[in-house]
Amino acid sequence: MTDPEQSTSATAALLILEDGRTFRGTSYGATGTALGEAVFATGMTGYQETITDPSYARQLVVQTAPHIGNTGVNDDDAESRRIWVAGYIVRDAARRPSNWRSERSLDDELVAQGIVGIQGVDTRAITRHLRERGAMRAGIFSGTAAQQSEAELLAQVCSSAAMEGAQLAEEVSVDQPYVVEPSDHGWDGEPRFTVAALDLGIKAMTPQRFAERGIRVHVLPAATTFAQLESIRADGVFMSNGPGDPATADGQVALLRQVLDARVPFFGICFGNQILGRALGFGTYKLRYGHRGINQPVMDRRTGKVEITSQNHGFAVDAPRDGAGLAPQERFGRVEVSHVSLNDDVVEGLSCLDIPAFSVQYHPEAAAGPHDSAYLFDRFIDLMAADAAGAPISGAAVDHATATAAAISETPAISETPVNPETSAQKRDKN
Amino acid sequence: MPKRADLKSVLVIGSGPIVIGQAAEFDYSGTQALRVLKEEGLRVILVNSNPATIMTDPEFADATYVEPITPEVVEKIIAKERPDALLPTLGGQTALNTAIALDKNGVLAKYNVELIGANIAAIELGEDREKFKGVVERCGAESARSHIIHSIGEGLIAAADLGYPMVVRPSFTMGGLGSGLAYDEKDLRRIVGQGLQYSPTTEVLLEESILGWKEYELEMMRDKNDNVVVVCSIENFDPVGVHTGDSITVAPAMTLTDREYQRLRDISIAVIREVGVDTGGCNIQFAIEPDTGRVVVIEMNPRVSRSSALASKATGFAIAKIATKLSLGYTLDEIPNDITLKTPASFEPALDYVVVKVPRFAFEKFPAADPTLTTTMKSVGEAMAIGRNFTEALQKALRSLEQKGASLDFSSVNSPDVPDLIEAARRPTTDRLAQVQRALLGGGTVEQLFEATGIDPWYLDQLQLLNEISAEIKASAALEPAMLRRAKRHGFSDEQIGALTHNSEDVVRGVRQALGIRPVYKTVDTCAAEFAAYTPYHYSSYDEEDEVALHAKPSVIILGSGPNRIGQGIEFDYSCVHASMALRAAGHETVMINCNPETVSTDYDVSTRLYFEPLTLEDVLEVIAAEERTGGVLGVFVQLGGQTPLKLAQALADSGVPILGTSPEAIDLAEHRGMFSRVLDAAGLIAPKNGTAVSFEDAKKIADEIGYPVLVRPSYVLGGRGMEIVYDEPNLSRYIKNATEITQNHPVLIDRFLEDAIEIDVDALYDGTEMYLGGIMEHIEEAGIHSGDSACVLPPLTLGTDVCDRVRAATLAIAEGVGVRGLINIQFALASDVLYVLEANPRASRTVPFVSKATGVQMAKAAALIGTGVSIDHLRTVHHLLPETGDGGTLPAGAPVAVKEAVLPFNRFRTPEGTVVDSLLGPEMRSTGEVMGIDKHFDTAFAKSQAAANNALPTSGKVFVSVANRDKRAIIMAVKRLVDLGFEILSTGGTADVLRRNGITATTVRKVAEGSSAEGEGTITDLINNGDVDMIFNTPSGGQARGDGYEIRAAAISNGRPCITTVAEFNVAVLAIEAMRTYEWDVTSLQEHAATLRAAVHA
Repeated sequence: MTDPEQSTSATAALLILEDGRTFRGTSYGATGTALGEAVFATGMTGYQETITDPSYARQLVVQTAPHIGNTGVNDDDAESRRIWVAGYIVRDAARRPSNWRSERSLDDELVAQGIVGIQGVDTRAITRHLRERGAMRAGIFSGTAAQQSEAELLAQVCSSAAMEGAQLAEEVSVDQPYVVEPSDHGWDGEPRFTVAALDLGIKAMTPQRFAERGIRVHVLPAATTFAQLESIRADGVFMSNGPGDPATADGQVALLRQVLDARVPFFGICFGNQILGRALGFGTYKLRYGHRGINQPVMDRRTGKVEITSQNHGFAVDAPRDGAGLAPQERFGRVEVSHVSLNDDVVEGLSCLDIPAFSVQYHPEAAAGPHDSAYLFDRFIDLMAADAAGAPISGAAVDHATATAAAISETPAISETPVNPETSAQKRDKN
Repeated sequence: MPKRADLKSVLVIGSGPIVIGQAAEFDYSGTQALRVLKEEGLRVILVNSNPATIMTDPEFADATYVEPITPEVVEKIIAKERPDALLPTLGGQTALNTAIALDKNGVLAKYNVELIGANIAAIELGEDREKFKGVVERCGAESARSHIIHSIGEGLIAAADLGYPMVVRPSFTMGGLGSGLAYDEKDLRRIVGQGLQYSPTTEVLLEESILGWKEYELEMMRDKNDNVVVVCSIENFDPVGVHTGDSITVAPAMTLTDREYQRLRDISIAVIREVGVDTGGCNIQFAIEPDTGRVVVIEMNPRVSRSSALASKATGFAIAKIATKLSLGYTLDEIPNDITLKTPASFEPALDYVVVKVPRFAFEKFPAADPTLTTTMKSVGEAMAIGRNFTEALQKALRSLEQKGASLDFSSVNSPDVPDLIEAARRPTTDRLAQVQRALLGGGTVEQLFEATGIDPWYLDQLQLLNEISAEIKASAALEPAMLRRAKRHGFSDEQIGALTHNSEDVVRGVRQALGIRPVYKTVDTCAAEFAAYTPYHYSSYDEEDEVALHAKPSVIILGSGPNRIGQGIEFDYSCVHASMALRAAGHETVMINCNPETVSTDYDVSTRLYFEPLTLEDVLEVIAAEERTGGVLGVFVQLGGQTPLKLAQALADSGVPILGTSPEAIDLAEHRGMFSRVLDAAGLIAPKNGTAVSFEDAKKIADEIGYPVLVRPSYVLGGRGMEIVYDEPNLSRYIKNATEITQNHPVLIDRFLEDAIEIDVDALYDGTEMYLGGIMEHIEEAGIHSGDSACVLPPLTLGTDVCDRVRAATLAIAEGVGVRGLINIQFALASDVLYVLEANPRASRTVPFVSKATGVQMAKAAALIGTGVSIDHLRTVHHLLPETGDGGTLPAGAPVAVKEAVLPFNRFRTPEGTVVDSLLGPEMRSTGEVMGIDKHFDTAFAKSQAAANNALPTSGKVFVSVANRDKRAIIMAVKRLVDLGFEILSTGGTADVLRRNGITATTVRKVAEGSSAEGEGTITDLINNGDVDMIFNTPSGGQARGDGYEIRAAAISNGRPCITTVAEFNVAVLAIEAMRTYEWDVTSLQEHAATLRAAVHA
C-alpha cells in the first residue's frame, strides 16, 4: 500500500482560483489540467454519488470532509454512467479503502476516468474563500501542466468559460431514450403509471425512486420535443436536475409550457424546479456560493415541518415568498413558494394552485443524502392518480401521508383550492 | 410555536455523584439546562447531591437542593416547592430512574407535576430489552437474534439456529451473575447448566454473538412537531464487546458509505418515533457485521447521555441546551444555531475535521482487578481531540491522556515478538491499541490484525501510516522541513520526533519554530465553513490558514485539568470555570485550554475563547503564541486545574510566559520536601518524622529510626499513588521489592505514620498580606486513609477553639512562607494534641467546591481575582465575593453542618475469578466522586451523605459486626446502642465473644472458612447474598487483605449493602441511624442555608 502523499507517482499539484489565490498540494487521480467552477460540498458521506452526479459537470468540487475514499468505489452507488466532476479537491485521500461493498479504490477510479484531482490542500481555507468571495473559476494543474508559471496558469483559468450562461444539460443528457421498469426495482404488480422523465443530468436514483413505487419511467434526452413526449402517452412529465445556468434552458422552458398548457401532471427536481419557475414567468439568479450538502434544512410551508435535504444548486428561482399569487405567466393561474431554505430563505419549491404542477429545488431522491423528502414522489403519484380519476387537481391540492395531524394543527388551515371551471374544462384529452 | 405559557416552575434532577459511567457530562448538560430555564423566565428548582458541580452553584437555580436523590427526598422537595413540571432527561440514569419511581408511586399525579422532555411509556419502551426488541421489529430492523430456553436440550436446539459463539444470560440474576460466552457445545452445557441453576425462574436467554462487529452510535434530536435530526454519528474504533465508554471513538463515522449511513439514519428515526420520545435527545447504538453489512440495533438511551456531551463538543451543537428548549415547547426551527447565529438548529452538523475520544482508565488503583475490557464500563475519564485528519486527532487525544505510555511508541519491535502481540491483542485491554500498532510496526499485516481484533482495516492502515512516518522521521538525516511538516500533519509531538531523532523536545521545537512550522487554529462551526462562525471554539492543526481573530484586550489563559481521573476530577474543572466566570465579570477576556469533553469548562460559551487542546507543554505554548500574536497575553493560571497545569508552571515560566497567582518558585517550595521543611522550621511547625531512601537498606534504617508503622510512597507520583502503610520490616521489604523501582533518581519517601490521629484539611486564600480561611474540615476516618476517600465535616465536629486557632496560625505561616497568591490547601494531623503538617498544595484543591457550597463563598472566583492583583480586602468590600467580615474559620454556632462523603467504584471491578475487588480504604485514593449532606445537625447531615452516596443506612434490621482485635474495645458502646435501637447483631467468633462478655446478645453466624453446616446453615456471605443482612461492619485485621474479611466485604459490595470498614465511621453511622429514627428529614435549599448563615452572622 502506498501513501499518495509520498508515493513516487504523486507529483506536485496546484489549485489556482481566478482571483489569484493559490493552494499547493499533490496530485490525486489523473494528472493534467482541470478547469471549471470551484464549489464546495459539505456531505460527510456519499463522495461516489457526488462525483457521478451530472449536476457537477464542469465543476471542481472541494470536499469539506477531510477523509475521502475510505469506502472505495462500488458498482451500485454511482448516480450515472461516469464521473462528472471536472476536478476533485480533497484533503486526505484514503490509502486503503475498507468496506464490504468496495470494488476498487477511488484513486484508481479517478485515474481510470481521467479525472484530475489535488490532495493535501487546506480544503477549509478554500471553502472559506469561496464562501466569502463566491464560487469562481479555478484550475487544478499537475504533472507537466504544473510546470508552467503561475501567471500562465492563472491566465488559463481566467480564459475558461464561466458557469453563468453555460448551457450544459444537453452535454450530460442521454442520446437515446431508455425505460426503467418497476419490476427491476422490486415492484411486483403491473406498473401504476408511466412518467416521461427529461434527462437534463438525471441521477440514477430518481427513476429508481419512481420504479420502486410502481412507476414506469421513460428517460428521454434533453432535446426531446413535445410531439415526442406526447407519443409516450405518459401520465406525468418529470424534469430532472442538471448542470448549467437555467437562464439558458429556453428549449426546456418552451417544452414545459406546452406540458402545462396540456395540463399533464408535472414534477421537477432542481434544474426542473428552475425550469418550472421560468415557465411560470419567474427569473432565476446565481447564488453566491450555492447550496451543496446533505444537511440542508427546508421547511414545507404547508405542514410547517422541516426536512433535512440533499442539495446541489448554484442557481435559484426568484419568486415572491409572501404567499400564493398569480404567476407572471397568468394563464397558469396561481403559484406559491411551497418550500424554503431555513438557512437563507432561498426558494426551494414551487406549487401551482390551479394546474397540476410542482417542483422542488432540492433532491428528494437523496443519493447521497437523507430520505426525509421521499414523500414528494408519492405526492406526484397522487397527482397522477387524481388526474387519472378526473378529479379537479392542482400541484398543491393533493393530500399526502406526511402531513401529520400534529403538524397541521400547528399551521394555519390550508384553504381549499377553488375549482376553476375553466381549467377543468381545459382538461387534457387522454387521447 | 413559542414556548408553553403554562409552565412557571420546573424541577430538574441532577445525576448525583461522579461514578463510572455517569460523570461530569451531566453537570455540563444540567448547567446548560438550568441556564435555558432561567433565561426563559421559569422558576428553577434543582436537586443534586454533588457539591462539585457548577449546576449546584446557587446562582443557576432559584432553589438548589444539595440533598440525596432518592424518591423520598425528591417527594419532599416537590411537596415544598410545588413545581409545575419535572425535567428528568438531563441527569443521566439517576434522574430518569427517580422520575419513573415518582411516577409509579403516584407522587407526580398527587402534586400535579408534569413530566417534560420524556414520557414514562417511551422510557420503558426504550429501556426494557424485550419491549425494545418489539420496537425494532416494528421499524423493520433487526435486533440480535435470541431464544429463551428452560433446559439444556432446548439450548442445543437454539444453538443450531444461533451458531457459536453465543451469549448466555440467566434471567433475573444480579449483576450479570452466570452470564458468559459459549464457544462450543461443551461451554454451552456448562454455562447453561449453571445459568439454569442461578436463575430463580430456571430460565436462560441465548443470544447470537455480535462480538467483533463494527459499532456505531447516532445522536438524535426530536421536537414536538416530529422534526428529527441526527446531530452526530460516532464510530467505535474497538468493535462490539467493549463498552462504548471504554472504546476509542471517532466522529464522524469513517467507514460507511452514504447508503449504509442513511440506513442507520432511517432506522434511528423510525425507532425514535416508534418509542415515542416526545422531545429532546436520544442515542441509538448499532452493530454492523463487517463482511455482510447486516445491521443490528443494540440499544437506545431515551435521554441526554455521555455520548451526547461528546457529540455536543464534537459538533458545536449544544444538545442539552436545545433539548431543554424543546421540552418547553419550542421546535428545532425556532431555535437559532448559537455558532452561526443566522441558521436554525433544525439541521445536521457537518464536520470538516475528525474527533477522537480516548478513555482513561485507573486499573493501577485496583491491582486485583481483571483489566479485560468488557461491556461493563470501567474507564474513569476521557480525553477528546480534534484534528484535520484521524492520525492528528488520535495522537493529540493520546497525549491528552497525560499517562506514561499512552502516546504511541515507535521504538523498534523485534519480529519474533509480533505473534505474541497479535495474540495479546485478541483480548481487549487498555493496552490493545499499543499492541496492534506495535505488531504492525514489527511486520504484522493489517489482515492479521483485523482477524485478531476486528478493528476496521481502514483504522489499522492509519496506524500503519503512523508507523511509516515514524520510520521516515528516524531515517531523516536532520530535522528536515519536509519531514517535520509531514510528521506534524499526522500529530507527532515534538517529544515523539525528538525521541525518534535523538534530540530533546526543546531542540525539535526550536528548529521547527525557526522553520516556521507552526499549527494554525481552526474553528468548530457546525457547518464545515458553509456559514461564518461567531463562536471562537478552536482546535489546532498543521494546516495553512489560521482563524484566530484579533482581540482587543490581552487574554487571561486558564489551563484546565484534562481527563478526569481518580484524584483529579470535576472539582478542578469547577475551579477553572469559576475563575473564567469571575475574570469575565471583571472585564477580562478569558481563554480556556482543556481536552476533557465531559466538562463545563469546554462548553464554548464559558470563556471568551475555547481551545480544545491537549495540556502538554508543546500544545499549551502554541496556544499562548497564537494568543500573543492576536492581541497579547496578560498571563496564565496554572493553580486551578490540579496537578496537570501545575506541573507545567516552571517550564512555562522558563519560556517567558507570565504566571498569574502563586509563582512557580513558590509552587516548588511547597512541593519540594527539603525546601518545604525549611518553611515549616521557620514557622515553628512540625511534620511527621520522615526520610528519603534510595535502597532497601536505607529504608530499613530510616524506618527503624522513626519506628513502625511508617507511611511509604514513591517520590515521583502524586495523589496517593503507590502509597502504603507498612507495619513491619518484612512488609517494608515486600513493598520496596514489588511496588517501586527504587533508584537514586526515584527515591522512596518514608514518613512516620500517626496512628489514631485526626486529619484536618484546610482551604485558604492569601493575597500577600491578608488570609481568608475558607474552611476547616475534620475528617471522620483517622489519618492514613486518603483525604479524597475519607468523609469530612465542616465546621469541624470535635476540634476545640484552640486547635482551630493553631490551624489558622499555621495556615497563615505556610501561605506566607511559601509565597502563595491565591488558593492553598493544607493537610494537618492532630495526634496527642500535637499539630503536624502533612502536606501543602499551593493550588485549588479537591475540596474547594465543597467548602464553597458549605459556606456559601465561592473561593475559586476570589482566587482568580487575587491572581490578577485584587486584594482580599477589595474582594470583601468592592467585589463582594468574600464576606465583609469573618471567614470560613469563624462560622457562627447556627451555621449548617456539611458532610462530604466519597463514592467508591468497587462494584465495577472484578478479579479474574469474577468476584469484586476489595473495598478497604487506604492511603491510595480510589473514589471517583463525592456527595454532600447538609443539615442543621451533624447526625442528619451524615445520614444524608450516606443516602446520597448510595449507602443509605438502615433504620432497623440486622447488622453484622466483625472487627480486628485492636478495634474490639472501641465498638462496644456503639453496638450496644444499636441493640437498644432494636437491631439484631450478627457476629462471628472473637467479636461475638467480646460482645457477649459486655452483655450484648449477638447471633453467632458461620465464618466463610467454616462453610455451610450439615444442617444447611449458611455462612455470613450466604446470609449477605440472601439479603438477610442490612449493614456490614468489618475492619481489616492488620495487613492481611485476603481471607474472611475480604469475602464479607465483597459480598456486601455485590449486594449493595452499606459496608463500614473503620471504627470512626461506625460510630458516626450509629449516631446517624439514631437521628434517622428520631427526626423527619427536612429539605433545605442552599439559598435558605445561606440566609440562615447570614442571619447567624449578624445575630
